[in-house]
Amino acid sequence: MNGYLGVDVGSVSTNIVFMDEGGVVFEAIYLRTLGQPIATVQKGLRELGGRLPAGTKIKGVGATGSGRNLIGVIIGADAVKNEITSHAVATSQVVPGVQTILEIGGQDSKIIILRNGVVSDFAMNTVCAAGTGSFLDQQAARLNISIEEFGEIALRAASPVRIAGRCAVFAESDMIHKQQMGCSLADILAGLCEALVRNYLNNVGKGKEILAPVVFQGGVAANVGMIRAFEKELGLPVKVPPYFNVMGAVGAALLSREAVARKGPSCFKGFRVSEMDFRTGSFECSGCSNLCEVIEIKEEGDTIARWGDRCGKWSSVVRREEKIS
Amino acid sequence: MRVTFPHMGNLYIPVKAMLDHLGVEVVVPPPSSKKTLSLGAKYGPEFACLPMKLNLGNFIEARELGADTIIMAGGRGPCRFGYYAQIEHTILRDIGCDMQLIVFEPPERHFSELLVKIKQISGSRSWWQVIQAVRFGYQKARAVDEVEMAALKSRPREVTPGSTDTAQKEALHLIEAASSRSELTEAIKKAGAIMSEVKVEKNKPVVKIGVVGEIYTLLDPFSNQYLERRLGKLGAEVNRSIYLSEWVNDHIFMGLVKGMRSRKETCGAAFPYLRHFVGGHGQETIGSSVSYARSGYDGLIQVLPFTCMPEIVAESILPEMSADYGIPAMTLIVDEHTGEAGTLTRLEAFVDLLERKKETREALYS
Repeated sequence: MNGYLGVDVGSVSTNIVFMDEGGVVFEAIYLRTLGQPIATVQKGLRELGGRLPAGTKIKGVGATGSGRNLIGVIIGADAVKNEITSHAVATSQVVPGVQTILEIGGQDSKIIILRNGVVSDFAMNTVCAAGTGSFLDQQAARLNISIEEFGEIALRAASPVRIAGRCAVFAESDMIHKQQMGCSLADILAGLCEALVRNYLNNVGKGKEILAPVVFQGGVAANVGMIRAFEKELGLPVKVPPYFNVMGAVGAALLSREAVARKGPSCFKGFRVSEMDFRTGSFECSGCSNLCEVIEIKEEGDTIARWGDRCGKWSSVVRREEKIS
Repeated sequence: MRVTFPHMGNLYIPVKAMLDHLGVEVVVPPPSSKKTLSLGAKYGPEFACLPMKLNLGNFIEARELGADTIIMAGGRGPCRFGYYAQIEHTILRDIGCDMQLIVFEPPERHFSELLVKIKQISGSRSWWQVIQAVRFGYQKARAVDEVEMAALKSRPREVTPGSTDTAQKEALHLIEAASSRSELTEAIKKAGAIMSEVKVEKNKPVVKIGVVGEIYTLLDPFSNQYLERRLGKLGAEVNRSIYLSEWVNDHIFMGLVKGMRSRKETCGAAFPYLRHFVGGHGQETIGSSVSYARSGYDGLIQVLPFTCMPEIVAESILPEMSADYGIPAMTLIVDEHTGEAGTLTRLEAFVDLLERKKETREALYS
């Protein structure tokens, strides 16, 4: 079987998908990044390599997510693209005619508006991460419930309490206040979902025209409480696609298919990447008072990439076959 | 008297030229860096905007190099900037960096008000010499702007990545080094030649982006995380809504030099979205955005320091204007954070959007 790999290295999770040449997802792996993107991708590839039938040929690899440049050089990606483009490409394929994508991940949330199959507008959260997955995670941990049961509990709410959603600090102190007043856990969690949705629509969705079909994806879309809160606030049905939590990776795989068709054979280094020795090191450049932290990536002892310098003194030393955009 | 002043992009080149010409001893602060920012953030009020923290850092670093007098711009109106000179002066005194402060308030009616101020610091120089010095500084500002404009054009089209940056550095260095008018004329010629020697792919399709917003973060690459360079490398041709020489002409010369884009025109274009002054460059942001949309630009990026009130006003008007003209707009808020991943993702996605939109539009009409 021939197919394409998509790797999405986010702040919280790392997702890898394998799709066949027709764009059908065969395997999807969802792992926590745990602050170690390289080791996590290696682990994921090892797992995926074991799951795929013998003789599978990887025709192209795409990388996305905030760790895309790092992972791109590690695995030899053909396409390295930002999350917005990847998500839009994936969703248009899975839900043809989609006009609005709501995406909430670990550290960022975004809204993508599509018209006639083309991205016409997008926005990402600007200066604050209130209302993203990390905050939900943290609150679930504080209340000693698992994030998986969060949504189910929220659905049981009789009358959701009102919680300030603008700032995570305000939200938390509101929640504690309500909890000490004796409100039920379900009401508090449902109130939190509503607050986050309000915050998202005001802060990220600011003034954008939200038209159906609306698709909700990203890790937080697993939370049925959030889906319900969005539907209530928008007055529109909200669709959660299969593979909602790996859509970025699906998009990256689709983009790699495009890239390979354009530029020829894949640069993928193969599943042996999971057994190779990668080391990253950093040093502070003392060339000027910017004191840039320069990151160096070594594969089996050879430096394959450097970045982090503002002036290009270090990164331009390493010759790269294709400029990473 | 050893005079220093805050950085704002390449502002130091014309200001230093003017002061040198007057025979004033100048201490240019080290280029804004992480150290500057750390110093500013440590001693500045947490709520102040990024420009203030960088100013403060610049002054502290300049004092380490022996500066004892600060020249700072003043201002009036809703933007907090007008108050920064006094606040910064007080903070410096509190931390034991007592320095003399000279504030250049924007002239109310005529730019001769400013000449009086400049004459004060130059001591015994004649009026003629003062005017010559201002002219020399202004000519350098124009020269710097021309180099920057050339770089903005060639960067998205350059054949060898990085060649524009190298040429720009060299050209600016020549202009900076010129110490007389004849030397400057020569330097401008050479700089022009260096910039036109950058090999470019002439027919490469590029998207055009108008960058609007608050002046400091617009003109200062360190504070906007090298926005123009990044956009250029992503294949976008950038035009900035305010260039240094235009600002000087509008605010210092009160429009003395004719035939340049002027503030009056720009603000006129903001009608009917924003009919009056809201402080800073809020009205200009909307006006320039309209002008860019009318002249066929593909997209707009607004830059502002976190908590900038005038630009927040503009930000809330931008979506409506953007929908009316069908031009995508994005806002980039800058502050102390130096994490580049987020900025890069947004810029890359924005350029992607513009490219795809342009492709579909061109496919429809061809």
